[in-house]
Amino acid sequence: MALSIEDIKKVAHLARIEISDADANSTLSKLTGILGLIEQMQAVDTVGIEPMSHSQDLSQRLRDDVVTKTNLREEFQKNAPTLGNGSAKQAVAGGLYLVPKVIE
Amino acid sequence: MTNSNLINFSLKQFGDMLQSKKISSVELTQTFLTRITQYNPNINAYIALDEAKTLAQAKAADTRIAAGNAAPLTGIPIAQKDIFCAKGWQTTCGSKMLANFIAPYDAHVISQFDAAGAVNLGKTNMDEFAMGSSNETSYFGSVKNPWSFDRVPGGSSGGSAAAVAARLCAAATGTDTGGSIRQPASLCGLTGLKPTYGVVSRFGMIAFASSLDQAGPMAKNAEDCALMMNVMAGFDERDSTSLNREKEDYTRDLNKPLQGLKIGLPKEFFADGLDANVGKVIESAIAEYKKLGAEIVEISLPNTGLSIPVYYVLAPAEASSNLSRYDGVRYGHRTAEYTDLMDMYCKSRAEGFGAEVKRRILIGTYVLSAGYYDAYYLKAQQIRRLIAQDFVEAFKQCDVIMGPAAPSTAFKAGEKVDDPVAMYLQDIYTISTNLAGLPGMSVPAGFAQSDDKKLLPVGLQIIGNYFDEARMLNVAHQYQQATDWHTQAPNLNTSEGIA
Repeated sequence: MALSIEDIKKVAHLARIEISDADANSTLSKLTGILGLIEQMQAVDTVGIEPMSHSQDLSQRLRDDVVTKTNLREEFQKNAPTLGNGSAKQAVAGGLYLVPKVIE
Repeated sequence: MTNSNLINFSLKQFGDMLQSKKISSVELTQTFLTRITQYNPNINAYIALDEAKTLAQAKAADTRIAAGNAAPLTGIPIAQKDIFCAKGWQTTCGSKMLANFIAPYDAHVISQFDAAGAVNLGKTNMDEFAMGSSNETSYFGSVKNPWSFDRVPGGSSGGSAAAVAARLCAAATGTDTGGSIRQPASLCGLTGLKPTYGVVSRFGMIAFASSLDQAGPMAKNAEDCALMMNVMAGFDERDSTSLNREKEDYTRDLNKPLQGLKIGLPKEFFADGLDANVGKVIESAIAEYKKLGAEIVEISLPNTGLSIPVYYVLAPAEASSNLSRYDGVRYGHRTAEYTDLMDMYCKSRAEGFGAEVKRRILIGTYVLSAGYYDAYYLKAQQIRRLIAQDFVEAFKQCDVIMGPAAPSTAFKAGEKVDDPVAMYLQDIYTISTNLAGLPGMSVPAGFAQSDDKKLLPVGLQIIGNYFDEARMLNVAHQYQQATDWHTQAPNLNTSEGIA
């Protein structure tokens, strides 16, 4: 199945990656090659074969519902990015992370 | 310390030297740090070094040795792939996205080495988010193959491989999603082991494709790998796929004779696509095994060729999900100028990820998107079962499977960088074991001549059944008792190979 520039732009948007027209063009040829490789799968008869998601067929382990993690918020927030848009401050305030306003 | 051969010692020899107080951990660590200062600016095997932290660990190890509490790896300097979070260390996964990330906690693997008293020598270079087979996708620059500086060390654990080969550490850790321990081990002349999926905890190991990722040792020989496995392996409840099994001593079978061992040779591993000179090296390794008493069984893994298409659906699909966490909100790169939240996400990710990572995220997003799930993702999972069943059938006829670890010796830097499909074919012999969850090794088996007459290392791959690591290490160790390929080291002052 042939990919188009519109497909590339749509997928890039779904993946939340900004892509220029020039990059979309070069990406198109590389992704077309990779999908060509993947197409080899279509020749295989897989009727009735159980999909394998994992090498060990195990069920999810359960644990007691008790607190196991300590609060590392301050440690984690040391890695917060720079706010941007002209501010060199870290994107945190009062223990929260700062992002652009989402709700009008 | 005057012994010029020191850097070539095995982990066992280092341990003996340390525990008999012939050398201190600080002295040994300093020896490697000095070599790193001398050679790393050219080879670029390390992303992060922190002498103060490293030497503090060495000092603590000396105190522990003096107190008589030493474990086998206490005081030995080990390099850690930069995919493992190590508290207080820059942990980048080879990406601009995490260039400023200081890990707030230790990966399970790191805390296991800490508990063993090993010294963290530094964080090794790698393909960005472990996506690559040449170490050329690292944001921190490519790594040179110590055997020939114009060639790649393989990937994604290329920095770890180059560091061990160049004797810039005693041993190193790697991770292997489709061949990222075995292919660089092959290209750099090391012994590397990818364990059975679930044997080593993935906690704190930055995720690429979670159903395939597995950490393992990269070292000079099989005995070193066994000692590393004794530290790395074990149940960890923080990894939901960690297997709750009894602790093993991976050195226990090293000295067993190989009389009667059944070696399966899959015909698909010796077909078109294998470099003829590499094939000859593998054949002579098999001949050596016959001398050691092994029997050869012809086997078939008919779905080997499908492992690459299946992998390039499943791994990107898992990666597109795992890497969605890098959004510029809580950590990682955030773009400097943005209008709204969507703009911030899209620009931060466009700037923070390199070209190969973006390609894989796009492939993964595409195969998981509406209307394509059955044709790609489900189909790939069905063929994954066929590939795993090939191995189940094969292991009814043999104890271990052998073949090449990579189709060629180290290729030249830049040669495949613009051709992702050609790069992906580097992993043709390794990917199927990841899909099946089986353990695989690469063991130095000799040297093959390249087109320009250089002699470059070749790795013999050993694939074992589930949880058969101790037997594989035995099979490799016995070969290393009869041959000396694993003791060869590159001459860093010529880098012209051993020709």
